[in-house]
Amino acid sequence: MSIIWKLLQEKILILDGAMGTMIQRYTLEEQDFRNNYFEQHPSSLKGNNDLLSLTRPDIIKEIHRQYFEAGADIIETNTFSGTTIAQADYNLSSFVYELNFASAKIAKEVANEFTDKPRFVAGSIGPTNKTASISPDVNDPGFRGVSFDELVVAYAQQVNALMDGGVDLLLVETVFDTLNAKAALFAIDEVFIERKEQIPIMVSGTITDQSGRTLTGQTTEAFLISLSHMPLLSIGLNCALGASLMRPYLQILDQKSPFAVSAHPNAGLPNEFGEYDETAALMALQIKEYLDKGLVNIIGGCCGTTPEHIKAIATLAAQYAPRPIPNNFS
Amino acid sequence: MNTNKIKTLQLSGLEPLIVSPESNFINIGERTNVTGSKAFLRMIREGDYDAAVAVAREQVEGGAQIIDINMDEGMIDGAAEMVKFLNLIASEPDIARVPVMIDSSKWEIIEAGLKCIQGKGVVNSISLKEGAAAFILYAKKIKRFGAAVVVMAFDEQGQADSFQRRIEICKKSYDILVNEVGFEPTDIIFDPNIFPVATGMEEHNNNAVDFFNACKWIKENLPGAQVSGGVSNVSFSFRGNNKVREAMHSAFLYHAIQHGMTMGIVNPNMLEVYAEIDPVLLVHVEDVLLNRRTDATERLLELAETVKGDGKKKEIDLSWRENPVQVRLKHALVKGLVEFIDEDVEACRHLYDRPIEVIEGPLMDGMNEVGDLFGSGKMFLPQVVKSARVMKKAVAYLLPFIELEKGGKPSSAGKIIMATVKGDVHDIGKNIVGVVLACNNYEVIDLGVMVTADKIIQAAIDQNADVIGLSGLITPSLDEMVTVAKEMEERGLSIPLLIGGATTSKVHTAVKIDQHYSKGQTIHVLDASRAVTVVEQLLGQKRDQYILNLQEEYEKMRVHHANHYQNKKLISLQEARSNAVNLNFDNVFKPKNLGITTFSDFDLKLLVPYIDWTPFFRTWELHGKYPEILSDEVVGTQAQSLFNDAQNMLQQIIEEKWLGSKAVVGIFPANSIGDDIEIYDLDGGLAYTQRTLRQQTKKASGQNNYALADFIAPKGKGIQDYIGGFAVTTGHGIEAKLKQFEEDLDDYSSILLKSLADRLAEAFAEYMHEYVRKEIWAYAASESLENDELIAEKYQGIRPAPGYPACPDHLEKIGLFELLKVELNTGISLTENLAMLPVSSVSGWYFGHPQAKYFGLGKISKEQVEDVILRRGGDFDKDKVWYNSIIQE
Repeated sequence: MSIIWKLLQEKILILDGAMGTMIQRYTLEEQDFRNNYFEQHPSSLKGNNDLLSLTRPDIIKEIHRQYFEAGADIIETNTFSGTTIAQADYNLSSFVYELNFASAKIAKEVANEFTDKPRFVAGSIGPTNKTASISPDVNDPGFRGVSFDELVVAYAQQVNALMDGGVDLLLVETVFDTLNAKAALFAIDEVFIERKEQIPIMVSGTITDQSGRTLTGQTTEAFLISLSHMPLLSIGLNCALGASLMRPYLQILDQKSPFAVSAHPNAGLPNEFGEYDETAALMALQIKEYLDKGLVNIIGGCCGTTPEHIKAIATLAAQYAPRPIPNNFS
Repeated sequence: MNTNKIKTLQLSGLEPLIVSPESNFINIGERTNVTGSKAFLRMIREGDYDAAVAVAREQVEGGAQIIDINMDEGMIDGAAEMVKFLNLIASEPDIARVPVMIDSSKWEIIEAGLKCIQGKGVVNSISLKEGAAAFILYAKKIKRFGAAVVVMAFDEQGQADSFQRRIEICKKSYDILVNEVGFEPTDIIFDPNIFPVATGMEEHNNNAVDFFNACKWIKENLPGAQVSGGVSNVSFSFRGNNKVREAMHSAFLYHAIQHGMTMGIVNPNMLEVYAEIDPVLLVHVEDVLLNRRTDATERLLELAETVKGDGKKKEIDLSWRENPVQVRLKHALVKGLVEFIDEDVEACRHLYDRPIEVIEGPLMDGMNEVGDLFGSGKMFLPQVVKSARVMKKAVAYLLPFIELEKGGKPSSAGKIIMATVKGDVHDIGKNIVGVVLACNNYEVIDLGVMVTADKIIQAAIDQNADVIGLSGLITPSLDEMVTVAKEMEERGLSIPLLIGGATTSKVHTAVKIDQHYSKGQTIHVLDASRAVTVVEQLLGQKRDQYILNLQEEYEKMRVHHANHYQNKKLISLQEARSNAVNLNFDNVFKPKNLGITTFSDFDLKLLVPYIDWTPFFRTWELHGKYPEILSDEVVGTQAQSLFNDAQNMLQQIIEEKWLGSKAVVGIFPANSIGDDIEIYDLDGGLAYTQRTLRQQTKKASGQNNYALADFIAPKGKGIQDYIGGFAVTTGHGIEAKLKQFEEDLDDYSSILLKSLADRLAEAFAEYMHEYVRKEIWAYAASESLENDELIAEKYQGIRPAPGYPACPDHLEKIGLFELLKVELNTGISLTENLAMLPVSSVSGWYFGHPQAKYFGLGKISKEQVEDVILRRGGDFDKDKVWYNSIIQE
């Protein structure tokens, strides 16, 4: 099994920051998303960032590189929307394998450029844009826009492609519906059995606001319990909240989780223009509270965070011991 | 961080449900089940989902912590209905907050259900019925869905109907699940089949007993697994007689829970409160459940005929109400009946010219009779306290009338100041003495607990008191009593001083207190029953002769004491140390969980089986061993009556949550150095050095001079040993209830509550010790003892408490409290004299060595006291006072 288990006992690992925020810095045009692959595609593709792994791999690699240089131990593949379900909006479901495979491959190539310390690539598995626990139709609460079985098929496809591309870990992230995540874990388990090969799994949920619940209504502890049946590498929280607001829920995971605990909060809350403007220094100051309390094993950033943020966090985290992980995992 | 890492069944809906040893019995709602509820089936069939969802909501609002959903009916599409219903309740946060139990005998329905729940639910059920291969297949899938599972005791040969078959199938299922499937043991829930009893067929007679024994066996042999079942089955033979069924259900549950059943399908409307089951019915029901006699079924059937319908109202003999009012008052006082007291006192008031005459007349007559009966051993303390309650109410009723006519207060036989001394909080005994004295027409001014000498003396002067009574339980209180005596001398008092409380003694009073108070007499009072006689003598005509006799007796004791201790020389500290016991430390058990674990809001119900009742009866001056005391020729009836009251209050304490409980335990690496024990934190740093005291009495050859440090591996040996500490309380929130009793003039309930809270704290300590032995430290993971064996301390390891015989050094409590952050973790604080608050608290150390045993330290030399104070870095002159009760002069 990966040396990451061992490293986690020794230090706090650093996850990368936002992909979308970095892509915005390049002010790309429609053509960048089509380049050589989707020239004839009938509908607009601008904003479908996952495509850039095929059409502008230079940019994606450059972003990965910047995060590694900032001190990240783990970077995430550019595959947040890499399921047939999420790509159906763009009529690109048939490209899912290629997108994931290419994303994993280029991330791995960049990781291999760094030889100073172990660098890992986590296959990012987003929540899809559908929820299995809530009806999209207020007049028919028993209806569902997606079924568990459909999710399992879609996730299994993404996982296979990511593993073919060589990812070291899987990161089921931004979980707003625990049932979607359960389907993802179900698919992963199936794929592992088929491939006779397993890699560590990270899960990260999203507490949507200060009610302390996921979008589908679970408390942090209920979320943890619902996903503890798999031997996870880590469980954590990301997105929706800045570091300070996330802390109380992270503390619950710290207290209850038998796994490592991860966090990749946003750079604060969006301002009136929808932009995240919390500076690296300000965010690091809040992360310091996590570290002082020994809450985390893996720390990084979500929306609005940049290599500057990650650098500030990495510098800080290097001075702290990781949260002790209860000894019942392999 | 990670305060509680103990593995246990964890489920979730929108919110978590943790089934821990301290949680209540988990009630599974059963009405959303088409096979069990015709109404629910009709709703589903007719598509009336609003009504069906409302059923689920009622269940949750009614206290169901899990809802069982079953759609197994030939006429409906089970899988589709399961999906539809689960999706519907998922949109109702007030229902979806609890975990779901997907109940079906068809795999496709189970699987369809599992695909709809975001939380961690339970599958009900799988079994070896179709063989091991299918069982494994289903279990693997359930595991992948992240659900827990109910396993029926069922295999290819059929349903297990004997104890042997139950345990065989459960064991086989467990082994397959844990070893072959990789199922978490804590996610397994066994349903070992509840079958009807009293069916008239002999082979069914042991059905309940077999179930209970299976529960116990599973709990002991299949670690982590829970036990569940459908309770209503057991009373199947008594359909139509709800009174009997309700009694059977609650008696069954009572025993099943004690044997390890943790959850079940129970209709809360079909459940009587165990303590409220008619005693005769209960005996008959338990005869059947426990298969105690061959004719049990016939007898219950016979009785069932008579309790049909609502037999809830008991016949109460009210013939005494026909007597004249004075006779009624006396009857009420002697029997302790408060129901009619206001009415009778009011009637009586009109028969006399002045209201005060009601007190001086019939009420005092009644109390005199109580006093006589008590004095002659025909009444017992609990009854006297109940009588006092009646008297207080009667007087309270009359007071406004007395004040109205300014008739002054009734004359009393004497005025007594009572107090628990500074630094001590224990007052049960003091309150009992107060009540008994009040019953005998003494005016008692109770100053409460933690009262300074100055305040006691000032009150005595201001009130022109006739007697002062001091009480205390912890050993530092003995010194405080000396202080009070000295100060009484200085202030020129000459009234008698009564000394009472568990650690006080006639010898101590004679040797240590009496000579400091020369102007008045100091008297030790052994228990409440002596209090009246003593006070009567002290204030009566023959007072001088009585005091003379006492002085003679005390002088004799002093001389005897001096001679005795001159002969009984102690050996030197060095000699004692060289006679320490050398234990073998080759097999030190590494604790499963190091560090601190905290518990709060513990379910007190779990402590009931751990209560040691014998000391409870002793508090009430009923002497004898429980349970034999209940059938004792002399005190049996009273003991039973007190016990019934205690059971009722216990039920209320539990159900209405009168008492808040908290506990902290911690296990730490440790090694001994001489008589010290170094306790390390988890990083290896020195957290605390415990100073232990060594016996110094001369021992027969082959006997050792023990110190607690002997039970821990010496540092030099290179063996890492461990020590534990604990503090538990069941006393939070007691004040509010006591205040209420006080306002009701109900000393009986007040004292009862205090004595029960003390018992619960001790039971909690016993429970935690077992839990530590089995789960936290886990050196005795497979231990299995009955309560009487626990009380007899038949387990490995000890839990000595600072301030008690093995470690009388109260100062060690400070270190223990810091080590475990006791105040922060449990809210228990220490008074200036190191008594614990709340009163119902217990703290101490855990020693795990198989040869660790309790011993009494006995007296020690001044040399050792100096030594221990020096080791601790304290100041001899300042600290020696803590050792006064153990130092040999």
